[in-house]
Amino acid sequence: MKTILYIIQKEFLQVFRNKSMLPIIFVVPIVQLIILVNAATFEMKHIRISVVDLDLSGTSRRLTSKFQGSPFYQVSHTAFSYKEAEEEMKKGNVDMILQIPAGFEKKLIKESHAKVQFVINAINGQTAGLTNAYSTMILLDFNRDVVVENINSAMVAGLKNIQTDYSYWYNPKLNYKTYMVPGILVLLVTIISLLLSGMNIVREKEIGTIEQINVTPIKKIQFIAGKLIPFWIIALFELAFGLAISKLLFNIPMEGNLGLIFMAASVYIFVILSFGLLISTITNTQQQAMLVSFFFMVVFILMSGLFTSVESMPQWAQTLDRLNPLMYFMKIMRMVLLKGSGFADISHLFWSLVIYAAIIISVAIRRYRKVA
Amino acid sequence: MHSVSVHAENLTKRFGETLALDNISFDVGKGELFGFIGPDGAGKTTLFRILTTLLLTDTGSCTVEGFDVVKNYKNIRNICGYMPGKFSLYQDLTVEENLNFFATIFGTTIRENYDLIKDIYQQIEPFKTRKAGKLSGGMKQKLALSCALIHKPDVLFLDEPTTGVDAVSRLEFWEMLKRLKSVGITILVSTPYMDEASLCDRVALMQDGRIMSISTPREVTGNYPLNLLSVKAGDIYNLLGELRDYPGVYSVYAFGQSAHVAFRDGDIDKGNLSEFLIKKNHTSVEITAIKANIEDCFMELMNVPSPAPL
Repeated sequence: MKTILYIIQKEFLQVFRNKSMLPIIFVVPIVQLIILVNAATFEMKHIRISVVDLDLSGTSRRLTSKFQGSPFYQVSHTAFSYKEAEEEMKKGNVDMILQIPAGFEKKLIKESHAKVQFVINAINGQTAGLTNAYSTMILLDFNRDVVVENINSAMVAGLKNIQTDYSYWYNPKLNYKTYMVPGILVLLVTIISLLLSGMNIVREKEIGTIEQINVTPIKKIQFIAGKLIPFWIIALFELAFGLAISKLLFNIPMEGNLGLIFMAASVYIFVILSFGLLISTITNTQQQAMLVSFFFMVVFILMSGLFTSVESMPQWAQTLDRLNPLMYFMKIMRMVLLKGSGFADISHLFWSLVIYAAIIISVAIRRYRKVA
Repeated sequence: MHSVSVHAENLTKRFGETLALDNISFDVGKGELFGFIGPDGAGKTTLFRILTTLLLTDTGSCTVEGFDVVKNYKNIRNICGYMPGKFSLYQDLTVEENLNFFATIFGTTIRENYDLIKDIYQQIEPFKTRKAGKLSGGMKQKLALSCALIHKPDVLFLDEPTTGVDAVSRLEFWEMLKRLKSVGITILVSTPYMDEASLCDRVALMQDGRIMSISTPREVTGNYPLNLLSVKAGDIYNLLGELRDYPGVYSVYAFGQSAHVAFRDGDIDKGNLSEFLIKKNHTSVEITAIKANIEDCFMELMNVPSPAPL
């Protein structure tokens, strides 16, 4: 036990002597939270539209101003022919074209229905879908106004019989940051644990110190524990630090029990550290370790549900995703922080992580024994 | 040399196609200073890694202080000091922290065994707050030796400890080894430098994974089967070629500014050789009969064709 404590002490000494270490621990979380949370947003603002108003009537102008009045749109261009607008779209100056055909007003009043056309740049399918949805909403809203004006109030009362009302749960204002912050925190803890632990052990190999360690009576288990515990502590600290920043800067809700978060985090970090250990046994240099970690990290992150929801992945991907430790912790973080879930709600995720931890550490240790 | 400290029997180690160790056997007595001399790639490091339990042999067995390197590797790790050829202490820890670290993982303290390392450690003590990576080559080597000695090992393995160290530090280092030997520590040292062989009690000459001979340095040179002439002349390059063509010459090697000519008894007459060289337009020809040194012996051993495979 004394030996482990001493190795931990030595490890901390080295970590804090490493000049790039303190910035990594303190600056990276702040920068990641501030930049990623603010920048990586799906909320669409300033959709640039080009309006081709061939009707030039009062009604068509009202429709245009409806778009202009929305915070999501910005009428950046008006054209007198569709060709002209298309040209702008090709240049990448507008994201959407709204074409109002000639006789729009007349048709609307006489035949009580008329058509407009949206042309949406769909290079990013998701954005295009959202743009379409927003635009349709505006159009519906506009419809209602028109109906109210043109038809007598009795009929309006009839129309109002079926009404939809929204209520967004767990994130009532649909604040994107609230959704992102827990995810970014998971990312942060993952990067710190995976890169630092894996690289650290490989470094001993690279410098040759492992040779010197191996001829000492120190036990492999002691050595591994001495290596993993410091990073485990650092990663937990990192999580606390990140949570504090998110509370202070973004005021994200913390509905659930923080103790629960840290309980899950300690298992999760252990999984990631063991993963790092495993990587260190199959690589010989820090560069190799870095590349291998990077590969896994990219796959894990993209499939973690940080940006795209896991539930909308194809079935095979969801099955595969069971091997992704990030997915479990990402869910736990969001459920506990935003929804206030208790242990019963996350227990299946939690135990999955525990099993994961048990499997991966035993593989890593077996492999480590064989190699060293 | 009554009791055996390190015993190796028929060690063979193969790395893929390369035969790193080829059926090596030897015994090292307690308190002996035993040298493995051989060029790079002779298998010295592989042998040391096997003896220090870092590597498994393919065949054969060996014991250190009676402990089997495979079965009792844990015991061996308590009684061995190993200094790898490559400096492998923590470069980002200070001199003192390194020493403290190794003392602690061996379950001891610097103070407990200070006597043993005092002579060596005192030389680097003024720099004890300096990081190990910032030390000079000689100081690094002293620190590495201190760390290898901190747990008072019975057997010390030094893998090319003097490679890359200046001549003065090398001499100093061997002085230190002699002192350690006087305390009763068995020392196994490998080196590519032939001149260091004469400082060992016994030496094993290694080449291509085989031990070619094991004997005291005196025996090695005493058993030299040939006669030697040291020949000096102005134009050493042409001299070597012409000497090789001279009848009766067994072998010719350049040794610094002179050529060593080996021949069998009575084959060459000094006067005749001198005349021959002068005829070949060599100036300032100097020929002296010399006694063989370790390097001559090594060259001679390398010339002997290896025994046919069984």
